[in-house]
Amino acid sequence: MRNGPRRFLFSWWPWRCWGYHLSGAVLGYAVLAVLAVLTGAGVLLALLGIGLVLLTLAAVSGVPLGALERRRLRLVEPVPVPAPHGILAGAGPLSWLRTRLRERSTWRELGYALLLALAFGPAGFGVTVLLAFSCILFATPVIVWAIAPDTVMLIPGRAVSGPLEGLGGTAVGLLGLVVAAYAAALLARAQVRTARLLLGPREEDGRVLELTRSRVRLVDAFEAERRRIERDLHDGAQQQLVALSMTLGLAERELRGVPAAAGAAELVARGRGEARQALEQLRNLVRGIHPQVLTDHGLAASVAEVALRHPVPVTVDLDVPRLPEPVEATAYFSVTEALANSAKHSGASRVEVTGRMAKGLLVVAVTDDGRGGADPSAGAGLAGLADRLAVLRGRLVVSSPVGGPTELRVEVPCSG
Amino acid sequence: MLRLILAEDSVLLRAGLAEVLTRSGHRVIAAVGDAAALREAVAAERPDVVVTDVRMPPDFRDEGLRAALELRSTDASLPVLVLSQYVATAYAAQLFTGGSAAGLGYLLKDRVGEVDEFLDALERVAGGQTVIDPEVVRVLLSHGPTADRPLARLTPREREVLALMAEGFNNQAVAARLFITEAAVVKHAGSIFMKLDLDPTEGNRRVLAVLAHLRGAPS
Repeated sequence: MRNGPRRFLFSWWPWRCWGYHLSGAVLGYAVLAVLAVLTGAGVLLALLGIGLVLLTLAAVSGVPLGALERRRLRLVEPVPVPAPHGILAGAGPLSWLRTRLRERSTWRELGYALLLALAFGPAGFGVTVLLAFSCILFATPVIVWAIAPDTVMLIPGRAVSGPLEGLGGTAVGLLGLVVAAYAAALLARAQVRTARLLLGPREEDGRVLELTRSRVRLVDAFEAERRRIERDLHDGAQQQLVALSMTLGLAERELRGVPAAAGAAELVARGRGEARQALEQLRNLVRGIHPQVLTDHGLAASVAEVALRHPVPVTVDLDVPRLPEPVEATAYFSVTEALANSAKHSGASRVEVTGRMAKGLLVVAVTDDGRGGADPSAGAGLAGLADRLAVLRGRLVVSSPVGGPTELRVEVPCSG
Repeated sequence: MLRLILAEDSVLLRAGLAEVLTRSGHRVIAAVGDAAALREAVAAERPDVVVTDVRMPPDFRDEGLRAALELRSTDASLPVLVLSQYVATAYAAQLFTGGSAAGLGYLLKDRVGEVDEFLDALERVAGGQTVIDPEVVRVLLSHGPTADRPLARLTPREREVLALMAEGFNNQAVAARLFITEAAVVKHAGSIFMKLDLDPTEGNRRVLAVLAHLRGAPS
């Protein structure tokens, strides 16, 4: 319509608008019926409890409707309206419900549903009725011709005598079609604006999105830095120390045959022992920064490695494929943190690490048979883990009743 | 005297290793810095033994180890000694899983400082024996195995016996440490080898047991 009202009339747009309103009228009355039934029955049955479920359903009914409406809007609006909701990969129906009920966009969508049921639906119905009458009037000569010799009365009491006289009706019908086209376009425009306002993301949602992205960048940068430090240590200090102990080893061999140098040989041997200790410490440090076996062999192998070194017997049952690097690293450090905590505080005699993939969600659990009573808020390590997990949209669940057992569960969505 | 090909990306270590080997009377016929050059060098000259680092260019992951496996798959009799910065048993498992372990070695880099031990390992590998770093052995046998590994078939007592044997104690010393008779140790050992499907007459027992463990490990 912005390109000129007359070109609008001869384009596809009136047809698209009519289609939009026709489907909107049907949908509007359907929504009205569903909302009326859900709220009515919900209020009546509220005392039985089941009514509360119905009312909750009514409250979130705007969510699927919003999704449908955003698609239907493409009939009359070339620019798509993005969905305002956060993504919940792999969450169960209960956590979906909890999140959605807390989101403002859910309530805006409910408002839109009410508007559709009470205003846009009936208005669309009006446009449809006008269109239908106009079509019938437009076709007056044909109708007159078709049903003759019966009489047709356009105005009560005055019969139309023949098809030619029906041309007056055609003129009125044509006028009605033009009016129906413009009315449909105006109404569509109002509905597009309302939908953009109620069904699209608000600025505040956008800010959250941007914030999450910047946190992802931060974690990526942090991970890259860990890798750099690990590489520097590996290529620098570690190699230097190996070379040093090699030189000392050679010196020791040369001195061994010389009786006069027995004291020097002993000193060199001591130096070599010290170099070996430094190497060992450095190796443990490097492993703590980023274990190479995690990069090369993945989560299962690297956790098995940690389990071998753990002071308490650890059973590892990880049946997971290779996963995206940030997921593997976060899961790995979660397990090592859990194992460290259990060794330090729990007094456990056995620890079990299990991990499975379930519908794109990695679930890893570390359970010990210790005395429990762990306080998740006390450990800085756990808080840090929870932050890392939050960035990947995962979560950390710690269950540690006094008397045990302690279970630390990590859930990370892997579908991206 | 052994004719060796050396693959190590750190120039410092490459020079150091070459010096150790040369001073000990061996001949380094090629010293290269990456896996591709290693393959070329081996194709050009048939060495008595290949010594390679695990982590090498271009990706600095397990290129050296994979090159070693590739060389072994084309020539199963080529002795290869892998030097590693990592105790990680996953790398040892990767090396020893599948194919014969004869003439294969996995040694920690630190071990190079113990020149005699290193040279001894090198000669044993060149002679077709299997060498696994004592530190890897210690880590593997110090803990009870997880359920899906062959060692799970052993009783706790048998595992104790095996761990002590792996540390290099003879039957008499094992018996003394566990306060049992030597005859009991012999009985346990027989049972261990049977359960692990190992031939007790062949090779170094502790290496065989560790191999059984590694082959049951996920790689």
